[in-house]
Amino acid sequence: MSQNEQFALPGFEDWEAAYNKQLPDGKTVRNRSGIEVKPMYTPADWDVEEYGDKLGFPGTAPFTRGIYPTMHRGRTWSQRQLIGLGIPSDYNKRLHRMLKAGTSAISMIPCNSIYRGLDADQIDPVLLGTCGTIINTVEDMETCLDGIPIDEISTALNDPLPFTMLAQVLAVAERRQIPWTKITGTANQSDYISHFVANHMFYRLALPGSRRVLMDHIEFAREKVPNWNPMSVVGQHMQQAGATPAEAMAFTLSTAIQNAEDCLSRGMELEDVLTRFTFFFDISVSFFEEVAKFRAGRRIWARIVRDRFGISSAKAQRFKFHGQTSGVDLTRQQPLNNIARVTAQAIAGIFGGLQSLHTDSFDEVLSTPTEDAARIAIATQNILREEAHLTDVIDPLGGSYYIERLTDQMEEEIVALIDKIDDLGGMYKAVESGWVQGKIGASAMAFQDRITHGDETIVGVNAYQVESEVELPVQPLDRPAPEDIEAFIENLADYKRRRDQSAVDRALDDLAEIANDNNRNTFEGVVNAARAGATQSETIAVMRAELGFGQPLVVA
Amino acid sequence: MNSEANLTRPAKVLVTKIGLDGHDRGSRIVAAALRDAGLEVVYTAPWQEIPTVAKLAMEEDVDVIGVSSLATDHLLVPKLMKELHKAGLDYVKVIVGGIVPDNEEQDLLDAGVARVFHPGSDMADIVGTVQMLAGEAQNDTARQL
Repeated sequence: MSQNEQFALPGFEDWEAAYNKQLPDGKTVRNRSGIEVKPMYTPADWDVEEYGDKLGFPGTAPFTRGIYPTMHRGRTWSQRQLIGLGIPSDYNKRLHRMLKAGTSAISMIPCNSIYRGLDADQIDPVLLGTCGTIINTVEDMETCLDGIPIDEISTALNDPLPFTMLAQVLAVAERRQIPWTKITGTANQSDYISHFVANHMFYRLALPGSRRVLMDHIEFAREKVPNWNPMSVVGQHMQQAGATPAEAMAFTLSTAIQNAEDCLSRGMELEDVLTRFTFFFDISVSFFEEVAKFRAGRRIWARIVRDRFGISSAKAQRFKFHGQTSGVDLTRQQPLNNIARVTAQAIAGIFGGLQSLHTDSFDEVLSTPTEDAARIAIATQNILREEAHLTDVIDPLGGSYYIERLTDQMEEEIVALIDKIDDLGGMYKAVESGWVQGKIGASAMAFQDRITHGDETIVGVNAYQVESEVELPVQPLDRPAPEDIEAFIENLADYKRRRDQSAVDRALDDLAEIANDNNRNTFEGVVNAARAGATQSETIAVMRAELGFGQPLVVA
Repeated sequence: MNSEANLTRPAKVLVTKIGLDGHDRGSRIVAAALRDAGLEVVYTAPWQEIPTVAKLAMEEDVDVIGVSSLATDHLLVPKLMKELHKAGLDYVKVIVGGIVPDNEEQDLLDAGVARVFHPGSDMADIVGTVQMLAGEAQNDTARQL
């Protein structure tokens, strides 16, 4: 509809005149993606005749209103809280408590030493177990999962390539005589591109090796662990690193396109593989923008799968995603305010139609979350669902003139960026050249400037400061007990003495050989190394030696 | 430039991350703000070893070291202070930015850290503090020897 038709709405001109009279110097408002937001939207902003093409119904393409017919009426969402701290027995105890409290799926966050590919005997002990659980061997994984029915409950592993944690879980399953077909869950950190551009936390191998190892993992999973989701495409890191919501969605979709094309080049059956793609996003406090981001993302992905890859199956077109409330939005000042921020973020994610949700604890800016704060984060989800009745109606904001217009505008922004990346030769090349990193860095700076200049108000930071802070009701978390860490390191030494060293050496030699043969699957070798008793560090060291490691590209 | 800062030449600061974590949004933004304010900035990728940082501080002759820590790598900072002392770099001022729990901030200050900046810190405050500390470092008589 043209702008002129808008004036045809009876009374519109009167309203506009009254608005301008009362607010003569009204400022231009833009959302984080740079889209100008009007003070009001009308039927002239969104043509209901496009309903079928643009929205459709939940469970049918293009899935704007949701990927399943019943959405949150049928099954709400997995309450997947990230946990990981201390030694494996600490993790196991906390996991049992959280399952009792209502969390419905496992997540596992290993210690930062593991992201760096180092075992407990290779780093300063003061850091061990402070950010995640120390899991070096199959025995550690067995302790973590003691009493947990891994054939009944889904597991999300923060397990960057070459996926040593999944290898350990598969080895544990074998020991318990659980068939791998019963292992369900997601490789949360399989997206090496997001690690390379935005989260150096999980960075392990150089780009070309990463590309191959991911394909090995997907291929192995499709053949042998059919209920595992080997590909989680991650926009969360990029948005946390500074990308706008539109950029984060575009870069994620371009990454998914790249991976889909790589699967095709490897000769995989794309329709089958795509049913196992999942997505992982940040949910910022920019409420309507986030809802529109998710609605647009679903629609764009369905069209990419249909038009670019020529796949008509609804199952392959479904954009399944996990949302995590944004930690960057949280403030150290007046930390209890973060509960309100997380609530708004969570509602945006729920209205955005997510399949799984992690709500941040309010104390995440102060320290690794405490258990009490994590409980409030879960309660927030329960309150929104049970008391606020947010799940009674599917896509409740659908049909809002504003939301539909904004969904269209976000889609335009996102598609333009995807086109640009196509012009650059695809996501892999755009990352190799540093273009994506440059965009994210520039957006991070631009947002900081908006805060500095007061264009973006952060309660308690650049506005509404208070003289004295409220005392926190919970104590900062204690660090792992030094004697526990000491015992863990001793146990690791003992484990290395006990194991069949020649079997370990053989498995690691085999892994090196496999890494040098592009026709073989590296994940086979990683699983064999875990079975034979190699530690995660020994396994990763072989992969690094054979496939290369370098600092990620830092673009100023 | 901060008038209180008693600078004899442009302040020179090393912005770095030690330990295991790789979240570098904060260190990059602070480095850019310092550079924009006219300071000379030496920036490193994450995961630096403590001896490397001390060596770099000496070779680059910096006045201030800014350590960014978003996970728990601040727990290593007392060891960095010892390493600087061993290298005869006591005049170099160290600041820490990022997530430092209240009950661990004092440990850092006791170890000789000049200041801890938390999330939401005012960028002008960071720049002014670095300049002031750089002035102190430049005028430290121990450094002249």
